[in-house]
Amino acid sequence: MGTILFLVVVVALILWIVGAYNGLIALKNQTVNAWKQIDVQLKRRHDLIPNLVNTVKGSMNFEKDTLDAVVSARSRAMQSGAGGDVKETAAAETALTGALGKLFVVMERYPDLKSSQNVRDLQEELSSTENKIAFARQFYNDVATGYNTKQQQFPTNLVAGLARAEIAELWEIEDKAERAVPTVDLSLQKPQG
Amino acid sequence: MTAGLNLFEQQARNRRLTVAWMALFILFFAWLGFGGDLAIYLAAAARTEGQVPYRFPWIGVAVTVVAAIAAWVAWRKGPQQVLWSTGAREIATPQSFEEKQFVDVVEEMAVATGLPKPKVYVIDDPDPNAFATGRDPQTACIAATTGLLAILNREELQAVIAHEMGHVRNFDVRLMTVIAALVGVIVVLSNGMGRILRGGGGRSLGLLGRGRKANGPLLAAAAVVFVLWIITLILAPFISRIMAMAVSRDREYLADATGAELTRNPGALASALEKIETHEAPTTHIKEGAAHLCIADPLGRDVNSREGRLADLLATHPPMAMRITRLKGMAFQQLKAAGQLPTA
Repeated sequence: MGTILFLVVVVALILWIVGAYNGLIALKNQTVNAWKQIDVQLKRRHDLIPNLVNTVKGSMNFEKDTLDAVVSARSRAMQSGAGGDVKETAAAETALTGALGKLFVVMERYPDLKSSQNVRDLQEELSSTENKIAFARQFYNDVATGYNTKQQQFPTNLVAGLARAEIAELWEIEDKAERAVPTVDLSLQKPQG
Repeated sequence: MTAGLNLFEQQARNRRLTVAWMALFILFFAWLGFGGDLAIYLAAAARTEGQVPYRFPWIGVAVTVVAAIAAWVAWRKGPQQVLWSTGAREIATPQSFEEKQFVDVVEEMAVATGLPKPKVYVIDDPDPNAFATGRDPQTACIAATTGLLAILNREELQAVIAHEMGHVRNFDVRLMTVIAALVGVIVVLSNGMGRILRGGGGRSLGLLGRGRKANGPLLAAAAVVFVLWIITLILAPFISRIMAMAVSRDREYLADATGAELTRNPGALASALEKIETHEAPTTHIKEGAAHLCIADPLGRDVNSREGRLADLLATHPPMAMRITRLKGMAFQQLKAAGQLPTA
């Protein structure tokens, strides 16, 4: 009787370890995949920038500084992206976002640029890519937080070493306003009164 | 992370609801088919003093087989049929700036949810509206009218698409496709059986009435079963529609909340809904069959703007004013959290 009970406990324990281990591995791969998605969007932005710069260069001779800032921010972002350090990449990409934003503001002052279909399409393409970067980052942070929580929580933390789980770094947000998350009411209850 | 938790609860709830609907549907058809067999059997038993030879339940088996085939076809072809009935055309390569922006915004929301990009459709109709359909995120389609693309700015369009993407992520599209398929089959079968009954009505009633040496209690039981059977047949389309509407209304609030969670911008959805409401006119291209899928009721029915018992029963959408109020509440909370409220 005692042996059977012991065997049942051992089998249950092994089953749990396998389940927890596989769960952590799945989360780890999701996190890696979510990170790859940011990379895809960042690369898309890097590819679009030379196009934009070439298109507006002619009409914007006087704004050489703004254009140069974008070009150099792009090459710095590409370098740190190749390095693979999360914090460094995040900082360089944020700088690029800032430089692009400045360029868009300056472009508003050139009516012939604004009315050009080509520029309008490029601008839409770039702002969509900017949005995709932001959303990919948001998705990565959500997935990575889930992964981090799982490997720190008891009892999953006991197999975290076995699964070689390491805390995934979050993509920090610089802008304070972006930090705010709306409170979401999912209760489906009608408000009283 | 409470929103994430709620998402999984919601997906689980949608899966349970899908199974419950399937079960209800099977039970309903079992009753529709075998109930008829039972009435005939009881009537025959009443006449022959319980000495009835075994009779194969033809009606029951036939109805079950027809229903299963019809439901399967509706499940496979449902989304395409909805799109086809609205005259939607797929955007393969964007033809205009608006279409390009629409495709971009759908791609953005696919990135935000980590799901594959749904197919994008546009409907040539000046009334602003949008809907999502499909069986799962892999087969999902998002459609919007040209009117919607024309009147909304980029942020508002993004908010509406986020709402639709919420339907996709929460598996609402699957539940809605199942329900639409099942309700459709119930309506068709109920009409068909009604027609058959009217044709052979005299004969079946004769079976009940003209019994020589009839056994009283058995005949009464046969009559009760028969009457109940007829009543279900008549009420079924009506009841199944009401249930579909109740499920649909719940889902709208939730998709609003999911949309706000994805874009972190509830104010944009509120202003989009306001614009859609002021342009409210029946969307001529969207038929009743797709009404429960849309972001705003395309039929412009009065019940959808009211609260109350009758509206709760008949409306496919919660009142617009209530949805806008909730979203503005979320936007206010967001400002408060960011410490950006104007000091009074």
